[in-house]
Amino acid sequence: MCATCGCTVDEHDHEHPHDDGRTVTLQQKILAKNDDLAQRNREWLRERGVLAINLMSSPGSGKTTLLERTSEDLAGKLALSVIEGDQETDLDADRIRSAGCEVVQINTGAGCHLDAAMVARALRTLDPPAGSAVVIENVGNLVCPALFDLGETARVVLASVTEGTDKPLKYPQMFRSADLVVITKTDLGPYVNFDPARFGEYVGQVSPRAITISLSAVTGSGMASWSGWLAGMVPAPAH
Amino acid sequence: MHELAIAEGLVDAVTERLPGTKISEVRLEIGALSGVVADSLRFCFDLATEGTELEGASLQITEPGIQVECRTCGGTFVPDGAGGSGARGVPILLCPCGSADVKVLSGQQLTITSVKVA
Repeated sequence: MCATCGCTVDEHDHEHPHDDGRTVTLQQKILAKNDDLAQRNREWLRERGVLAINLMSSPGSGKTTLLERTSEDLAGKLALSVIEGDQETDLDADRIRSAGCEVVQINTGAGCHLDAAMVARALRTLDPPAGSAVVIENVGNLVCPALFDLGETARVVLASVTEGTDKPLKYPQMFRSADLVVITKTDLGPYVNFDPARFGEYVGQVSPRAITISLSAVTGSGMASWSGWLAGMVPAPAH
Repeated sequence: MHELAIAEGLVDAVTERLPGTKISEVRLEIGALSGVVADSLRFCFDLATEGTELEGASLQITEPGIQVECRTCGGTFVPDGAGGSGARGVPILLCPCGSADVKVLSGQQLTITSVKVA
């Protein structure tokens, strides 16, 4: 493709329309730059044989608690490292590190989401070994992170029972992009008005291909299906 | 407010394709399922273009309607409430046959269609 005018001919001798008032057709995705960087991340991860999960939810759904528990449960079984995205502070990174995980913190400042360039830098710092899993804990937000491909292998969206049954309908963009939906804090189920069956129906309406599982990182109930899904996603070692 | 990041992405995309070229107009397609609110993007466009070749350019946004194809019955349909231009409410993508397993044909556009050189 001609880089200047965007036409599909590789070699050509036409004038580029830089004269006044001319319209130049671009037909280009606005997020093409992020998408390109994300694709580079994806290739880098594939060459290394590393799984990358983009973990997204509202603030307070239990992303960090799930990762703490996962790190303990999978110690010695699966090498896990974490990229932590928050607007400010290293608090979550400290928690994950205490749980025995390699972690890189990204502070986005005013930013409401991670992008592929931030993740590229964090991956180089993290230097994950082959056969390991990197969980990218996105900024707590059910809107913006859905738009930005990070180069992840799969997208996981968390929703806690305290957030209400209708979350998938209220934030369809986010749930539509999910490969796995995890209902968290099921130990609080008896105290809140959450209907898991209806939640599952709503997920099915916006994302028929997503798998839904339920767990409590506090009691450990359901953790085996999450760990099993995660371990099953890790690429087999190349020979 | 990811629209600021979208507006910055837009400036990067145009200046990389047409470096050093003063732009007077940018035309975009923003689908109702793109996750971007056109009004918010208009607001951020002036901020993101300040000091660039796009400063002062007019922004023309078209909002193509939603059209989906059902993977179960193979039909294509326009979901209820998907009015296209200016539609704010994003409808549930449920085929009249009852299936929610659909492929979006139109509505996810987040595209720079063309620019006018000043």
